[in-house]
Amino acid sequence: MYLNSIFADPERTAKLIDIAKSSLQPMLEGAIMNTIPLTILSFIFGLILAILTALARISNVKVFRMIARVYVSAIRGTPLLVQLFIIFYGLPNIGVTLDPFISAVIGFSLSVGAYASEVIRAAILSIPKGQWEAGYSIGMSYTQTLKRIILPQASKVSLPPLSNTFISLVKDTSLASLVLVTEMFRRAQEIAASNYEFLLVYSEAALLYWVICFFLSVIQGFMEKRLDRYAS
Amino acid sequence: MILIKGLYKQFGQLEVLKGIDLNVEKGKVVVVIGPSGSGKTTMLRCLNVLETPTKGAISIEGQNLDFSKAVSKKNIAAFRRLTGMVFQSYNLFPHKTALENVMEGPIVVKKEGKEAARKKAQALLEKVGLGDKVDFYPAQLSGGQQQRVGIARALAMEPEVMLFDEPTSALDPELVGEVLKVMKDLAQEGMTMIVVTHEMRFAREAADEVIFMDQGVIVERDKPDEIFTNPKEERTRKFLNMIQ
Repeated sequence: MYLNSIFADPERTAKLIDIAKSSLQPMLEGAIMNTIPLTILSFIFGLILAILTALARISNVKVFRMIARVYVSAIRGTPLLVQLFIIFYGLPNIGVTLDPFISAVIGFSLSVGAYASEVIRAAILSIPKGQWEAGYSIGMSYTQTLKRIILPQASKVSLPPLSNTFISLVKDTSLASLVLVTEMFRRAQEIAASNYEFLLVYSEAALLYWVICFFLSVIQGFMEKRLDRYAS
Repeated sequence: MILIKGLYKQFGQLEVLKGIDLNVEKGKVVVVIGPSGSGKTTMLRCLNVLETPTKGAISIEGQNLDFSKAVSKKNIAAFRRLTGMVFQSYNLFPHKTALENVMEGPIVVKKEGKEAARKKAQALLEKVGLGDKVDFYPAQLSGGQQQRVGIARALAMEPEVMLFDEPTSALDPELVGEVLKVMKDLAQEGMTMIVVTHEMRFAREAADEVIFMDQGVIVERDKPDEIFTNPKEERTRKFLNMIQ
């Protein structure tokens, strides 16, 4: 029906092409101003949180292990959308009112932190014990061994699963539209609401997400090659 | 001078070291032999505190660690710098080149300048016969070459004593010689060495003393000639018969 209506009516075809063209700019703006910064910031903060959580999970201190477990369990056991709503719509009830973008960064960072911590924990545990001992044997401290010997090797192991987390995050940021961040999908919703061309506009948004994620996988490929240079 | 006094180590219910007393004079090479499970590797690992002894005391060149009291991490780190450890499985850092492996300790722990550390590392790798392999990653080196990098890495910290934990056990037979040669050269230069090994030829040729350990105690210690031709203890005799 839809395709028929396009091809049967050159005037409508022209109108659709026009809409596709004119909605590209606001959507890209949404991507550049919000989707991409939101993704990058959340991933950086999330990764820091994930490393700390992973270290807490393998630490000798029971309290650290407990806190990390509860955090990971709570974040993984509740929907991301609900978490975002609690931060943006819920916290004002106790006097904490946050800007939409900041709410989203907090929500996504917490989410990445929990999921990626499991990846990083597994990667750290996959490095042979002899590497820790070699570090200690030349007089390095725990922190020095971790930073210079263990994490560089663990990062290679965890790159593919972390890339997955990153790509999921790009798409998950569309949820931020529901806490009023004018990211790419929110722009799409606004455009579609004004012209009722839902199929066209949302498909265009989907295509843009795909393009972004495609470029990210290409970058991942380059990084894997780079990290692979010392492998046998 | 290395002094071990009343060293005990327990893993859960299993007592691996049952009171080790040992003194090694500066510049001497001591080879430790014994059946597997005799505690020889554990004793070596206690010397650089990769294992924490249950009780006992160790002293190296006047620095003491008494394990009947709590020992601080700072003291352990300082103590570790007195010893260089060579591992059975080399444990080189796979993400660093041979040169970077050797430079790592001096730069990170001793806070030496990069250039000075690089020069020293280059010289050490030349000394172990790997001057042409400085930019190779461990995965690109043979087992014997990796182990020689391991020795250079330990030497770079300028330790008072070198500890070797079965340094040739993981090597193909034809690669054992090159590692033993480096160790013999070190011995001749007057490095204090404690070597856990199954290489009886090395023990005969390079050791000042041989220690036979069994079931967590030192059974016998003597000059290599004596212990190999005329062992005084029955257990030593049995072990030597089994391996020869």
